Parts: sequence; structure tokens; C-alpha cells
Amino acid sequence: MELLQSLLGSEAGMAVWTLLKILAIVAPLMIGVAYLTLAERKVIGYMQIRIGPNRVGPKGLLQPLADGVKLLMKEIILPTKSSKGLFLLAPVLSIMPALAAWAVIPFNDTMVLANINASLLYIMAITSMGVYGVIVAGWAGNSKYSFLGALRSSAQIVSYELAMGFALVGVLMVSSSLNLVDIVNQQGQGIAGGSIFSWNWLPLFPLFIVYLVSGVAETNRAPFDVAEGESEIVAGFHVEYSGMAFAIFFLAEYANMILVAALTSIMFLGGWLSPFPASWGALGASGIVWLLVKMSAVLFCFLWFRATFPRYRYDQIMRLGWKVFIPVTLVSILVLGLWMLSPLSLWK
Amino acid sequence: MSFQAVVFYILSAILIFAGFRVVTAKNPVHAALYLVLAFFTASGHWLLLQAEFLAIALVLVYVGAVMVLFLFVVMMLDINVEKLREGFWRHFPQAATVALIMMAEIVLILSSPEAHLSDVKPAAAAAVAGEISNVKVLGRQLYTTYLLAFEAAAVILLVAMVAAIGITIRQRKDSKYVDPGVQVRVQSKDRVRVVKMAATKRQDDDVSDSNEQQA
Repeated sequence: MELLQSLLGSEAGMAVWTLLKILAIVAPLMIGVAYLTLAERKVIGYMQIRIGPNRVGPKGLLQPLADGVKLLMKEIILPTKSSKGLFLLAPVLSIMPALAAWAVIPFNDTMVLANINASLLYIMAITSMGVYGVIVAGWAGNSKYSFLGALRSSAQIVSYELAMGFALVGVLMVSSSLNLVDIVNQQGQGIAGGSIFSWNWLPLFPLFIVYLVSGVAETNRAPFDVAEGESEIVAGFHVEYSGMAFAIFFLAEYANMILVAALTSIMFLGGWLSPFPASWGALGASGIVWLLVKMSAVLFCFLWFRATFPRYRYDQIMRLGWKVFIPVTLVSILVLGLWMLSPLSLWK
Repeated sequence: MSFQAVVFYILSAILIFAGFRVVTAKNPVHAALYLVLAFFTASGHWLLLQAEFLAIALVLVYVGAVMVLFLFVVMMLDINVEKLREGFWRHFPQAATVALIMMAEIVLILSSPEAHLSDVKPAAAAAVAGEISNVKVLGRQLYTTYLLAFEAAAVILLVAMVAAIGITIRQRKDSKYVDPGVQVRVQSKDRVRVVKMAATKRQDDDVSDSNEQQA
């Protein structure tokens, strides 16, 4: 950074340095997205006693590249009577929040692009904008199927955002900070001595489950994928998109999955803290590896859900969001507040 | 011109353009999306003032929730734009008068010496002085000085929510709703009846022959 600042002057050097850091986050993220699609096909394949893609490259490892090239070569079709500007803007609106949220995600104590105090709020605000990509895509395509998909999806996302927000209120209460770095560091202390049992998932167990399931619903993944229920409304909101425009929705969905996995790991699973005691040497040291391991575990659950559960009916989704999750979180927050005031509190 | 001033003028230009297009856009969906852009740009202004909590709350509440539902409704309504525009010039004088009065009021408030707007320090300055974040300062103010007003607002919102649900709730007679608890508790013996029957034997070969002839 000093080198850049001496070459380009202080402000320009800072800008270039920040751009490099952004690149260092986005490039691995995109590779992660590409290989998550392969992992999904492989994992679900083995769960259904198939092999999955194994033709392109050794053991099918080059399959994502082949898919990418195929999508790049395809023509982007603009439907007649579509709202052209909005039609092309929708994929951008969809991927922007999925990438922008990474600005405040910490990878360890110091590795974070912007260590701001209100980072939890920032995450909630940015992820709540993802729904515009879906709505605009559904409306601009001038198709009944995509419009129905957009309506379903927007109602679903807005409903589950509430439960998700309430679950995060619990995390916020125990860590008394909106800063993600502080939230992780707080989990390293407590009555269980900062081991795996003092992470938020155990004391806040109901909120953890609500957050994880709402995360699946927010990203429109199975079993909450009515927005793109291919057996009822062909492919939902992106039915009119082809080629790279479609691929961007696809990238956004998988980037959102990785984001939700990262957030779950940070809020509830102790982020970069090691699950083993510090006396275990290298295994007990905290580091970015542990964050990646936890994210992979959560992502595996996402794929596992898809292979296991049948799709929810629409009214069941709404019932689960409004009549089960929101009361559960409200009661949990009340109980948590009383617990924190009582002498038995773990968070002094 | 400092970096902040440049950002301020860019944001202001976008904000004014978006506000103008909210009124002039032909398509109501486009107008609603320009309103989203206006909210987003306004939150950028608040970030420049270092009021990050207000900026993020504006995006979270208005952009993330209110405008989504608004857009939802606007998309489903079949709005006849021609009909809406019919009386534009007829109603223009009244509308212009109202707009001018509102404008004058805002200018009077902002420019009056009693408002002390010129010597209000930015929230950030106060926050930095005490080494605590913007969010904590706001929270402390809300839950101490302005507790009564805050709770009154909360109660009013709750009443409005209960009223809105009360207006729309109705029991439909043709609803096929089934309690999910009942669905989960169902056992296979409630749905499937196994009937034991003795296997039947073919009487003789003549039956099949006659069937073939009929066919």
C-alpha cells in the first residue's frame, strides 16, 4: 500500500489499493460460485445414486467453465413489448446486493474491507434490496409466468426478512454491538470459555434455526423455490432471460447462498474461531480456514435440503413465515432479555 | 472543491432528476422505481452527513420493505394513464398554489434564526467527542429523552396494524384450508384401507374364447 501511495499519490493510491482488495474478495467469490454449482450437481447426484457431471476435465472438474462458455456464447433475446431498459437493468439489480454485502464481511480479526460500526444494519439494508432484481425482472419481461414468479418471490422475501431481522436482534442483544468483528469476538468469551459451546448457536438455538431456514427461504432455494417452481410456472421470474443475462441471475442466487452461509457462520457459529481448545496447537488456532470450513458445512446443508425436501405449497410458506417463525423469534427475544437481566446471564 | 462536495453535487443532481421523473414518468411502475432511486440517493446524502444509522434505516425500511409492497400493488393495478392525465391543466393552478405554500413554509423554517439550524453540530461530531457510535447516541436519546413520544409512535403503529388486519380478515366459506397439524398427525390407516379378497380363479376356457369373438 505504501508503494502504491508513493507511486500514485495518497488518494489515488488508496483508491487503487481498495480496488485491489475488492478484487481479492470478488474473484474467489466468483470461483466459489462456479464450483458451488458443480458441488451441487455432484452432491445431489451422489444422494440420488448417480455420478453427476464427470465428462469435462478430470472427474468433471472443468464443467463450470464449460457451462460459463456456453452461456456466454448464447444470444440474449429481448421479448417484444418488454420494458427494455428495466429488462437489462434487472440482472444488475439482482447481483449488486449479493456482491456489495461482502464489503463488511470480516474474514478474521483484521481482514475486512470496511470495518464499520453499523455493519449488521448495512447487511440487512443491502440484502433487502435483492428483491428488486426479482420484481423488475418479472415485470419487465412482459410474461405472465415471470410476473407470477416475481409476485410470489417478493411476498416470500419480504415475509422472511422480518423473521431474519428478529433473529439478528437476538445476536445483537447478546453481543451489544452491530459490528461483525465484535460479534465474533464476543463468541470467543463466555461461560464455556470460548469453546464451541459458547458460540451463539447453543444459547440462541431457536434463533439459529429460524435464521438458517429463513436464509434458505430468502435465497429462493428448495424447498422454498416456488418463485421458480419449474413444474408450475416454468422457471419463474427469469423465464424470459437467456444467455449471460440468465447466468447473472444464476450467479446472484449462488453468491447469495454463499453470503448467507458466511453470515450464519459469523453470527452463530463463531466465525473464524476454532472449535478446538487453544492447547491443541495448529488445530486450536483461529483463522480464515475455520470460517471457510463452517461456510462449506452450511452450504452442504443447503444442497442436502434440496435433495431431501419436497417443495412447500405457497400458503404453507406464508404460514411458516408469519405464524411460526415470527412468534418464535418474538418469544425468544423476550426470554433472552429476561435471561440477560437474571443472575444466570452468560453475557456479563 | 473537496471530494465530499463533488459527491454531494452528483447525488443532488441524481436526486432532483429522480424526483422529477417520479412525477413525469408515463408508466406508474417506472415512477415507483424512480422513487426508489430517490430514496437511495437521499440515504447517500445522510451518509455524507455521517448519520449512518438514519441512512441505513431509510434504505432498510423504505427501499427494502415499503416500496416493494408499493411496487407490488402498482404492478397489479391496471392503471389507465390517459384517464389520469385528463384533468392535469384544469387542476394545475390549485396544485401549484399548494406546492408554492409548502415550499414557502419549508424555506421559512430552514432560514429562520429561531430554528438554530446554522449552529447545530453534525451528529458525528458529538459521537466522536464521546467516542461512541451514532447508533448508541440515537438509542440513548430515544429511550431516555424521547421515550414517551417513541412509545406513543409504537402504539399508534400497532393499532394501525391491528386495524388493517381486522379490516381484511374474513372467513371464506369456499376455503379448502386444512390445519397442518392434522395433516402431519395423519396415519396411513386413516387414509388407506386394505381389503383382503380371496383370489378368483378363471372358470373355464370358454369365457375367454367368447370375449375374443365379441372383440
